[in-house]
Formats: sequence, C-alpha cells, structure tokens
Amino acid sequence: MSNHEKGKSVSSSAPRNDDAPLLEIRDLAITFDTQNGPVNAVRNAHLTILPGETVAIVGESGSGKSTTALAAIGLLPSNGRVSGGRIIFDGEDITNASAKRIIELRGNSIGMVPQDPMSNLNPVWKIGFQVKETLKANGLDGANSKERVAEVLSEAGLPDAAARAKQYPHEFSGGMRQRALIAIGLACRPRLLIADEPTSALDVTVQRQILDHLDRMTTELGTAVLLITHDLGLAAERAEKLVVMYKGQVVESGPALEILRNPQHPYTQRLVNSAPSLASRRLQSQKAKDALAAAVEDLDDPADAAYTGEAPMRAGHTASSIPAAAAQPVKAARPAKDGERKGAQAGETILEIKNLTKVFKLRGALGKTTDFKAVDDVSISVPRGTTMAIVGESGSGKSTVAQMALSLLAPTEGSILFDGVEVNTLKGKALFDFRRRVQPIFQDPYGSLDPMFNIYRTIEEPLKIHKIGNAKSREKKVRELLDQVSMPASTMHRFPNELSGGQRQRIAIARALALNPDVIICDEAVSALDVLVQAQVLNLLNELQEDLGLTYLFITHDLAVVRQIADHVTVMQSGRVVEASSTDDVFSNPKQVYTQELLNAIPGAALLV
Amino acid sequence: MVMFTLRRFLQLIPVFFGATLLVYFLVFATPGDPIAALSGGKPMAPAVEAALRAQYNLDQPFWVQYGLYLKNLVTLNLGQTFSGQAVSDVIGRAYPVTARLAVMALAFEAIFGVFFGVIAGLRKGKLFDSTVLVASLVVIAVPVFVLGFVLQLVVGVQLGWAKPTVSGAAPLNELVLPALVLGLVSLAYVIRLTRASVSENMSADYVRTATAKGLSRRRVVVVHILRNSLIPVVTFLGADLGSLMGGAIVTEGIFNVPGIGNLLYKAIQNGETPTVVAVVGILVIVFVVANLVVDLLYAWLDPRIRYV
Repeated sequence: MSNHEKGKSVSSSAPRNDDAPLLEIRDLAITFDTQNGPVNAVRNAHLTILPGETVAIVGESGSGKSTTALAAIGLLPSNGRVSGGRIIFDGEDITNASAKRIIELRGNSIGMVPQDPMSNLNPVWKIGFQVKETLKANGLDGANSKERVAEVLSEAGLPDAAARAKQYPHEFSGGMRQRALIAIGLACRPRLLIADEPTSALDVTVQRQILDHLDRMTTELGTAVLLITHDLGLAAERAEKLVVMYKGQVVESGPALEILRNPQHPYTQRLVNSAPSLASRRLQSQKAKDALAAAVEDLDDPADAAYTGEAPMRAGHTASSIPAAAAQPVKAARPAKDGERKGAQAGETILEIKNLTKVFKLRGALGKTTDFKAVDDVSISVPRGTTMAIVGESGSGKSTVAQMALSLLAPTEGSILFDGVEVNTLKGKALFDFRRRVQPIFQDPYGSLDPMFNIYRTIEEPLKIHKIGNAKSREKKVRELLDQVSMPASTMHRFPNELSGGQRQRIAIARALALNPDVIICDEAVSALDVLVQAQVLNLLNELQEDLGLTYLFITHDLAVVRQIADHVTVMQSGRVVEASSTDDVFSNPKQVYTQELLNAIPGAALLV
Repeated sequence: MVMFTLRRFLQLIPVFFGATLLVYFLVFATPGDPIAALSGGKPMAPAVEAALRAQYNLDQPFWVQYGLYLKNLVTLNLGQTFSGQAVSDVIGRAYPVTARLAVMALAFEAIFGVFFGVIAGLRKGKLFDSTVLVASLVVIAVPVFVLGFVLQLVVGVQLGWAKPTVSGAAPLNELVLPALVLGLVSLAYVIRLTRASVSENMSADYVRTATAKGLSRRRVVVVHILRNSLIPVVTFLGADLGSLMGGAIVTEGIFNVPGIGNLLYKAIQNGETPTVVAVVGILVIVFVVANLVVDLLYAWLDPRIRYV
C-alpha cells in the first residue's frame, strides 16, 4: 500500500482516493535563526492524516508540536524555516510552495482554529466582518453573504448569530470567541483543520462543549483534524491516532488507545503515568502508604481508609520546627473511626470560613453602580494538616475566597477564623504575625517572582521582613529551603528568567515555606505548568505536607488535580458552594448536576473505564 | 458611540474651568504691575493710574476679575491692546495664519510619518528601516532653531526654492517651508511610533489568524495591522495638533510668520496682560477641543474604548 501511495503523492493530478493521505509530513526539520545561531526546533517529524481522520500531536510546551502544524499552513514565525523534509498536502508538495499558492490553500483547503480566543480575534473589527472577510478571501461571498455569516456562526454553536455578528470581540465571552474562531476556521469548508490547543484557555465545562461541537461539525463535514494538545487524555479521547513529540522529535505514533495502554517510548510512559486526567487517586507519600497499610487492617470498612487513615498519620509526622502544629494533640496513635470522618473536630480546624460574602460594585452607565455578589454565603472549614480544594470555573468566586482568606481583600460579610482568631479585625502586629503563618503560592510563576531579584533575595525577603535570624542563618535557611524543593544551592545566584516554569514554581514554594507557615493557599498553583512538571510539583507539595504538617487551601479549576492532592473538596458555582464533601465522595458519588458536569468534563474521563 | 460622545462633551466643562482658572491665576500672580508696564515704567498721576486700574478691572478682587474674564471670553469681548486695537481683531488676524501653518505641519507629519513608519515596521531590520531610524534620530537630536535656520539658508536663500520669510498675508506657498520645519521633529516621532506599533502588531495572534484565513498580504496589512497600529499614533498626533495650534514661537520667529506665537511672545514681552490672558484663554479652548477630537477618533478606531 505504501508503494501505491507514493506513486500517487508525487503527481498532483492523480484522482482523489480515500486511502491516499490528505496530509503527509516526511522527515520534516524546522530551524529557527536566533541571535545565538540556528536552533533546530523540529527534527525528523513525520505524520500522516487520511481524509476525515483526526490525528493529535501531543507534547509539552517547546516540544515542537505547534511549530510542526504551523509549517503545514506556511505560518512559521519570520525567523523560522523548513530546513529539511517534505510537506505533502493532497498529493501536492507544498514544502516550498509560492506565497500565492499557500494563500490559495489557506482557508478553503486548510483551516485553522488557534489557541487563545482572547488574542486571536482582531479587537477593532466586528465578529461578522471577520467571518465575512474569510468567505470573501476564498471567493465564497455571494449576494447573501450576510445570511451566510450568520449561518456559519450558528453552525459553530453561537446563539442568536445574526445579532452577535454585529458585536465586537470584547463583548464575547471566551467560549463564544472560540466558537467564532471555529466558525472562521470552518467557514470555507476546508478539508483539513488545524486545531492548535483549541480549548486550553477555556473552562473545563466549556472546553467539553466546544470540543464536542467541533467533533460533530468535522464529522458531518468530513473534515480531517490535526489536533495539537498537551493533554494526553484529551488527545486520546478525541483522536484516532496519536503522534507524541518530545524535544522536536516524534518519539511515538500510532492508534490512540494502543499508545495509551501500551506506551513504548520512555517519555510516553512518563506522560501516560502522570497525565492528571487519567490519575485515579490521591497521591500518597511513602510514609503515608506504609502507615496506611497498617491502619487498614484495623478497620471494618477499608473504603474509608484511604481518607481517614491518612490525615492523622500525617499529623503524627508533623515536623517539630512548627511549634503550633506540634502542640496539637497527635491522634495518629488512634486508628480512625467512622465518626471522625469529617475530621472537623473543634480543636483541629485551622481555617474556618463562615458565611463569607463579598459584594463588588460594578460601574454601569452614567455613574450607576450595580452590586455583584462574587462570593455568596460560603462556609468552608479546613482541618489542620489536610488539603481542602475549592473547585469551580472562572468567575465562580474561588479566587476571591482565597484573597479574603489571605486577608488581601476585606469581606463584605461573614468571618474567617484562623486558629480561632478572626482574621478580619487583625491589625498591625497581629496581622503581621498572621501573614507569617499563612502564605500564598500563585498561578503564574512568571508573574509572581520579581524579575529584578535573584533567587536568594526572593527567598530571603520574607525572612528579612519578619526579622528572622541574621544574614548567616538566613543563608543557611535559604539553602535548606532550596534543598527541600529539590533545587541545587547554586540556583541562589540566578534570576527568575533563567529558570523554567516548573523551577520557578519550586522557588515560589520555597519562598512560601520560608516562614514555616501553617497554611499555604495555592491559587491555581499548578495550572500554568506542563503535565509532567505539574505532577512533579504536586508530588513535592504532597511530600512537604507530610513532612511539615502543612495545611493547603488549593484553588483550582481542574478536578483532575483535585483528585491527586485534596482530601476535601468544595465545589463553587456563581459564588455559592454547591457541594462539599471528601474527595472520594465527590468523585464516586457527585450529588449535584454541576459537579457531575465538571467531572464529565475532565478530558479522558471516559477512558478510565 | 453616542453616549460616549455625550459623556466626553460633559467632561469638557470642568477641564475648561480648571485650565482657565489656572492660567488666570498664574498671570495674576506674575510679578510686575501691568499699569506700570503700560506707562513704560515712568511715574503716573495717581488719578490716571486709578482710572486705568478701574478700566481694566484691576482694582477688583481675583474672583471678580476671573469671572469678568470668563464672561468676556465667552462673549468674545476681549478688550483692547495697549496700542488701542481690539484684542479680538488682533487674534482674528493672527489665528488663521497659525491654523494654516499647524494643519500643513500636521498633514505633513501624519502622511509621511505613517507612510515611512509602516514601511519601516514591515521591513524591520532591513536597509530602509535602518536608514529611516538613523535619519529620524538625527532630526530629533538637532534643535528646531538649527533646523529652521539651516533650511531657511539653504532652501530659501541659496537654492531660492522658497521665500526665506513669510509676508504679511502669509499665503499657503510661503508657509510650506515653515510647516516643514515645524512638522519635522514630530515626523520623526510619528515614524518611530508607527514603526514600533506595526512591528509589534505583526506578530499579534489575530494577524496570524487573519493570515490563516487565506487573506492576501495586502489585506492583512491594511485591514488588520494598520488600524490597530494607528491607535497610539493618533493619540500622539492629537496632542501635537494642540501644541501646533498654540503657535510655534521659535519657528514663527525664524520665518517671521505673523501667527499667534509671535503675538503671544510680544504680548508677554510688553506685559500686556489683557492680550496674554485672552490669547491663552483661546488656546485653552483650542487645545481642549483638539483633545476631544482625538478622543472621538480614538473611540472610532478602537471600539473597546467606547465602553469604558
């Protein structure tokens, strides 16, 4: 068959054959000319897409997956060029096609749905205009182009399309913008659609709707899809074939399920093992695992052991460097009983949020303000030494809760008790001491480290502010902290821009640990990281919790992450708590429709069965 | 857009009062007695002095003077110069000259600035870009009076292409050279601003998406890059229009242009308070209106602004 194919592919006049590949990339090499000389971003990439087929390229950022796909449509950045290999589209070699030919192909033969809906629509033109010019550029604007624009938009699942077409991108939500981009990508009925992380900037539930819709549309239209994603679960669920890329090379390719079940290359194996969407249970430190094995024997109901056995064990291993934690009665000796399941005995709750409400005043037309309840009557209690996850989509109020718990934002109503003391009314010295005991880790490791501070100064700063130790002891402490987060001491003299995202997040963790806090509030602390790095950081957080008896309040939109790190989950929607329970309960028996939706939206969830 | 325009108009009111009050206060607080300046520093009979003070309302408290000033400004009853001409007549003669000069300079810098800036931005790092960058740097570095005198000497005297100075009626052809000098420095800024903006937008995601739609290169540049890139340029041009309309004292001085800059300069030298406050008052209005036009243009270019 391959001989047959080869014979076809060189001659563009050959009749279409369903067995002939639509897109074939052979030994592709892409080179970027940088100030430090040429960089080979992609080497020996190969992939084949048959008509109507969905193929996913999976890999972490920097693996060359987007670069490979963009090369197929002639959209490499200006310093990038194809330095080897061939790209064959529908039997025609387009590796070195003229600019004119590529423009002809774009839109009506190869369409694209880009990654970030926020930045991919031109902010100064109406949505309808941007769809219409696509039709026009490909000679598809007839007399009824207005109706056609509305049609294309509503096909992409945009409600009330005719009216929406008259609006500007900033009047659209992220999900609606992505629908508009899908409409643009498919407007001219291309035979191949390149979907570059089409939903990674969106909430999980929206993500699922959009992907389902994209699936339906491309199936109906018989469009082949080249899906680019970092999420193995998502790729396996959506694509028939997977191409795994690592450091610019294709390390493995084949049918999706086969790769998932039986990965050959070590990188793919690591990827499969750490894919958060496929992980089925909470991470456990080695100590907890051992202790658990012993505790399980004493229990009637082994199912509960996963949770109840674990928390007390951790309390037992609390590091003595934290006097407050060490002073807590250690209940490790006692095997857990059913009654203690909630773990919220009065003495043990370290952070208690009661009926918390936050109202923001929104500025409306002509100086009128409207009230917006970002957080509405939220109560959460976090037992010491455990992890409480707050889950919800963007806009659900979860980060607002975190900000109030950090006392960065004053609540409108309700109270936050930290170790029995009302946080709201803290002032001066007391507030200063509170800050020492509650530390944050934020989402963006690029934005949360001062680029002008070297790593030593970054980690030392909190110690200095709180006047702990002298220069010498602080240096020792910084070394210890770096060691704790598995970074070499030599990192001290480097600057944030010299570190990778995962390394920076480790530094942010070290900084949060510097003051021996009781509680660490992680606001989407791993969301910006690649899967493998994410897994490492989650493991690190888990080990630290075990060693130091830390309590985490973990804010995330990603239920797959929750599964790995949390003991309890609070699900928020539109500022309200819709469900709160132990992680196992939420996952095995979600009570609310919304929670079920969130669970179903985890890419690859269906593949677990 | 209608709401935005309306709101923007309402905002003019406090700006107008604030600016005129500040200007009037500064003139009021300036050392030196206008009456003494009127008499050329010679002693004056107390009765005459008192009469003059009453005539110019200088015996009234500050707030009353400011109120009268506003009233006169609105009714265009601007009083008289020391030589007895109506201030409104003097301004009426000088202002059209300055306006012509300013519009020519602005057109010059806008057209050539955007043109060169776009080409340089699209060809970043190439020969054209580097040449334009170096040339604009030279223009920015040389003070305007040097540019003015050099061009006056070379173009006006040695080559004889233009009249070295402007005659009383200030016809358009005589104003070309001063307008060129006046617009040259801003031209350099416009080029640099456009260039930076274009080259930044070239790598914007939506430009890549537009290319992926199958648009021609020309359309991508004109429709998607240009409009977005013009937003900061328009802001700059608008602010520049305001200052150009305020008269260019140096350039008008070099080329002997009978414009508002010259008028203001002489009035300040002679300590003619009524002329100074009247001219400055008019300039404030012009500046505020110019800014209004820019804001409206800005909102037209960038729909996101309309909803702020």
